[in-house]
Amino acid sequence: MPILQFREALRQAMCEEMDRDSDVFLMGEEVAQYDGAYKVSQGMLARYGPMRVVDTPISECGFAGLGIGAAMAGMRPIVEFMTFSFSLVAFDQVANNAPKMLYMSGGQFKVPIVFRGISGPGQQLAATHSWSVDALYTHIPGLKVAVPTTPAEAKGLLKTAIRDDDPVIFLENESMYANKGEVPDGEFLLPFGQADIKRPGTDCTLVAWGQGCLTALAAAELLEREHGIHAEVVDPRTLRPLDLPTIVKSVKKTGYCVTVETGYPTCGVGAELAALIHEHCFDDLDNHVVRVASLDVPMPYSKPLLQQVVPNVRRVVDAVKKATYFWSRRDKIVRRC
Amino acid sequence: MSLIRQFEVKCAQSYQQQKIGGFCHLYAGQEAVAVGSLAATQPQDYVITAYRDHGHAIARGMPLATLFAELYGKRTGCSRGKGGSMHFFDKNKNFFGGHAIVASHIPLAAGLGWAIKSRKEDRVVLCYFGDGAMNQGAFHEAMNLAGLHKLPCVFIVENNGYGMGTQVQRASAVTDLKRRTGDAYGIPGKQVDGMDCLAMYHITQDAIAYCRSGSGSIFLEAKTYRYRGHSMSDPQKYRTKEEVAHYQEHDPIGRLEKLLKEKKLLDTAKIDAIHAEIHELVEAAHKEADAAPFPSKEDLWKDVYAQPFASYSEYVNN
Repeated sequence: MPILQFREALRQAMCEEMDRDSDVFLMGEEVAQYDGAYKVSQGMLARYGPMRVVDTPISECGFAGLGIGAAMAGMRPIVEFMTFSFSLVAFDQVANNAPKMLYMSGGQFKVPIVFRGISGPGQQLAATHSWSVDALYTHIPGLKVAVPTTPAEAKGLLKTAIRDDDPVIFLENESMYANKGEVPDGEFLLPFGQADIKRPGTDCTLVAWGQGCLTALAAAELLEREHGIHAEVVDPRTLRPLDLPTIVKSVKKTGYCVTVETGYPTCGVGAELAALIHEHCFDDLDNHVVRVASLDVPMPYSKPLLQQVVPNVRRVVDAVKKATYFWSRRDKIVRRC
Repeated sequence: MSLIRQFEVKCAQSYQQQKIGGFCHLYAGQEAVAVGSLAATQPQDYVITAYRDHGHAIARGMPLATLFAELYGKRTGCSRGKGGSMHFFDKNKNFFGGHAIVASHIPLAAGLGWAIKSRKEDRVVLCYFGDGAMNQGAFHEAMNLAGLHKLPCVFIVENNGYGMGTQVQRASAVTDLKRRTGDAYGIPGKQVDGMDCLAMYHITQDAIAYCRSGSGSIFLEAKTYRYRGHSMSDPQKYRTKEEVAHYQEHDPIGRLEKLLKEKKLLDTAKIDAIHAEIHELVEAAHKEADAAPFPSKEDLWKDVYAQPFASYSEYVNN
């Protein structure tokens, strides 16, 4: 199977869909002549021309709205935000017009649009450029939210997103664009609402997606190697729709659960997951759900501060130990001695 | 125009009887804008407007009973009772709404224009908004995109002098609205008497021809006036009764009647008969809507997604 970078997998998905359907087009800042701020759309202008790979002015509200209008007329726009931090400039379009049009028109006007781009803290970009928008957009009925972790998921989920008749928020991460992985050729679509067990285990369920999932996987490896704790990593892949049955099944098996996200803890995705897991697995849990999230402060610039804020392997490891009473078990052993 | 006027009279009654909830913005006084301009369109053209949308919906030929039904929150409403007064939609009529966040629909109009241009279709977009919308960022961003890409859009500002209770003079640095898109966005602007239905018709015809020729967008400032408050809950302390009376002397319906009589096309008896006939139409549509059922419990969950997912309803039911 071909090995592709995450960004190449995204490009392949877009090109295949643009070849298949003339109504699909890509629009965003620097996507065409500049070849994409992160080179995701490299070479696409030459292949599809300026009506299908469209540079926009720095005008997020304008071009997000333009995309929604084109979608209402039956086209299938892919709107790239250079970062989802800038989607807040277009928040009214993304949060009001895209998700509510179908409902408010009594089912008459679909909005088949994909908003994609990077989300999550980057390299010392400070508070305004470091948004993890997962929770913001997952909150809204009418939207779907997909967060790929591997290059194969980048392709399979993006192709599904483009063909979906509803507006999809598609969250990528700058630090993952160069990651490589096997990506199936051609027609490869991953369904929404189907979680992936990225690493099987028996002792504690880790629910994590995107950047947070890579941290969780590294933590799971360390936990097994150093502490003999076999964590099961469940990647929901789409936060809306959410594959709750797979998560519930895993938690019922392990009895413990830790969530990992780069967003904030207050009203975060982890908070929602914790509530759902408590509602559905109460009798099977041996401890409450533990959340790992960014600390509840605006993202700082200074590197040592930033490193404290964003979840890292150490914090996930500690959270799993806390959730599974690792320390108290050890304390008990120590006391007995 | 008379149909719109009488429809709005009935709306005011129904609102007072609490058959209509939420915000309700009446179009009385501005009828010539929608009627004159939409008479110049073809069925395939796209129409999109703001929240004061009753007039445009009627002028576009949307079935009257579906409009009353929407206002009454009924299942047979033009938006199935999910939108209300500010959110009328009708796909069959290429009526893309009724939009209630001021200026948020203007970028959508650019998108409709983009789709037309991209697919090389023979259509234009008519996009309506109020003077208050022209100070929103969304307006300026949309104008820039429409000007940049020469999109086939006719933008019509219905300048009724007030954004809710704030006069244009207190809200806009440049109050000559027709000047605001030319130099800035390369979209020529023209002013028209929005109380004159024939003037609206002719200028829109020219504007549509301009768009169809591939020249790009055009901007029309229709000077008009609304007789009622901003919404039904407006005490109108910001203007005098004399001011309202002054504009009513130039009433668009009265002016057209006068013209028709002068040209000996209609006489008073015939005009009265037309008004009476319209009255019956409005009453019949109201009665039909009043008797229609409310949406069901199942309708509540319908159309949240075009492609709903299994876990959604399970999640909901749990």
